This record gives sequence, structure tokens and C-alpha cells, in this order.
Amino acid sequence: MSEHSPALAHQFDDPEQQFEASTLGMWAFLVTEIMFFGGLFLGYAIYRSLYSEAFAEASRLLDYKLGAINTAVLICSSLTMVLAVRAAQLGHRKPLIIFLVLTIVLGSVFLGNKVVEYTHKFEHHLVPGPTFGPEPPLAHPQQAQLFFGFYFAMTGLHALHMIIGIGILTVLVVLAWRGRFSSEYFSPVDITGLYWHFVDVVWIFLFPLLYLIGRS
Amino acid sequence: MSQHVIPQRIYILVFVTLLLLTLVTVDVAFYDAGWLNIYIALTIATCKALLVILFFMHVRYSPRLTWVFVGAGFFWLMILFVFTLGDYLTRGGITGLGF
Repeated sequence: MSEHSPALAHQFDDPEQQFEASTLGMWAFLVTEIMFFGGLFLGYAIYRSLYSEAFAEASRLLDYKLGAINTAVLICSSLTMVLAVRAAQLGHRKPLIIFLVLTIVLGSVFLGNKVVEYTHKFEHHLVPGPTFGPEPPLAHPQQAQLFFGFYFAMTGLHALHMIIGIGILTVLVVLAWRGRFSSEYFSPVDITGLYWHFVDVVWIFLFPLLYLIGRS
Repeated sequence: MSQHVIPQRIYILVFVTLLLLTLVTVDVAFYDAGWLNIYIALTIATCKALLVILFFMHVRYSPRLTWVFVGAGFFWLMILFVFTLGDYLTRGGITGLGF
């Protein structure tokens, strides 16, 4: 057995093959995630086409400015994430840690805004269930509840992904701090980047569909 | 390591484009284009998603096998959407759901 880099697992010929295998595995997972969110998007599309008037009316109760700010925050976090991956590729430890921490901070800002939004929904009786009943009353309260059902399910699942992402990023910061990554081995940073960008892509579709329909 | 290191300016360019497209999508949402509104919004969102996937997720620089995986994911998503909506939307509206 010839000597090889300690970061190279035995079953791979070289670091490149190992890297490609981990990227491909992550994409296989992301494909299942596409279908996971896809089901919700499909349900939303069907009910929106059935109750377009009620969905537009309910959508206008969301704060589109906060939604737009959150979109910008998430895009910024994608930039810091991609720069973290780049720093890892080049083996720059300090920039890697800084960009990872920045990504965590931006992700937390996004979740903080989400808390503000959810609180507002609870205070104004916009949560589906027996207490649903915003003032002034809506034209189609029952159909509007469906809209808010989708709103909470989709943004909630998205927020859960963000929380998991921040957890993974925190582990990466610790590992990077201990110097576990090099330009030879940075697959964990790279595939976490894929995950983070995927969550960004989901939001890119959620934002116009939930916040911007029925504004005109 | 043969992994492609992409120049920083490309990332910045993609980032700025994404922010501009976000502004555009908010802005056009307030113009009444009738049924076109939703398609305009979805087209802009698709452009943004493509930019993220191709550049931030490095798919543009990835091996063909990765392209196949990514393509398969969206192909299956299309099957889900086209077949289901093709059914729902051609029935002339669904009533009797209780609302």
C-alpha cells in the first residue's frame, strides 16, 4: 500500500475522485430535497389556481418589504458562502473562518426577520385554526386560511433548513479553526455550500409566489 | 487539485445581478399585467435560480455526471408538475371542496 494523504479515504484513487464522489452524493440528496419542496409548491400551485382571488387578498397581508430585505440578506449569505468555499479551495484558513462566520450571521439575520414576521401573524390572528380572523375581515376567510397554511408550512420548512444549515456551518467553523481543511481536502465546506445555495434557491421561488402575487 | 477556482469578480457579478433581479421582480409585481404577472415573476425567479445553480453551486464547472443528476432532479419535478396540473387545470375548475 503506497502512502497517501491522510485526508484521502482508501477506496478512492485520488483526491479529485473523492471530491467528485462527495459532490455527486450531495446532489443526489438535493434531488430528494427538490422533490420534497416540489410537493408543497405543487399543492400551492393547485390551490392558487382554484382560489386565486382569495390567495391574492391573503398575500397582500404579508410584509413584502421585509420579504425583499430577507431575499437580499439570503443572497448576501450565498455570496459569503461561495467566498468561504473559494477560500477553502485556496487553503486560506483565516478568510475561510471569517466568511463562514459571516454566513452564520446573515443566516441568523434572516431567521430574526422571520421571527418578527411570525410574531406579527400571531398577533393579527393570521394563523390558520379556530383563532383565525384578521381585522378588517377578509372576503374569503376559509380560503385565506389555506394560503396561510401554505405560508407557514413552506416558510417553516425553509426556516428549519436554515437552522440546520447554521448548525452545520458552526461545526465547520470549529473544524476550520482546528485546521482540518486544506486545498487538498475541503469537501465538507463545498457540500455545505451546495446545501446553503439550495436553500437560497427555494427562497428565490417562495418570495415572489407568497409575497408578490396580487400586488398589481 | 483540479477543482476550478473561479475568479472573485465573477461571484461579485453574479451577486449584483441577483440583487438587481430581486429589485426588478418587486417592481414589476406592482404593474398590472393580468395573468402574465405570475409568469413574469416565475421567469425572473428561474433566471435567479439558474445563476445560483450554475455559478454559486459550480454546476457550470462540474463533470457531466453532475449535470445528469441535476437535470434528472428537475426533469422529475417537471413530471410531477406537468402531469398533475395538466389534470387539474383541464377539468374546468374543481368544485365541491367545501369552501
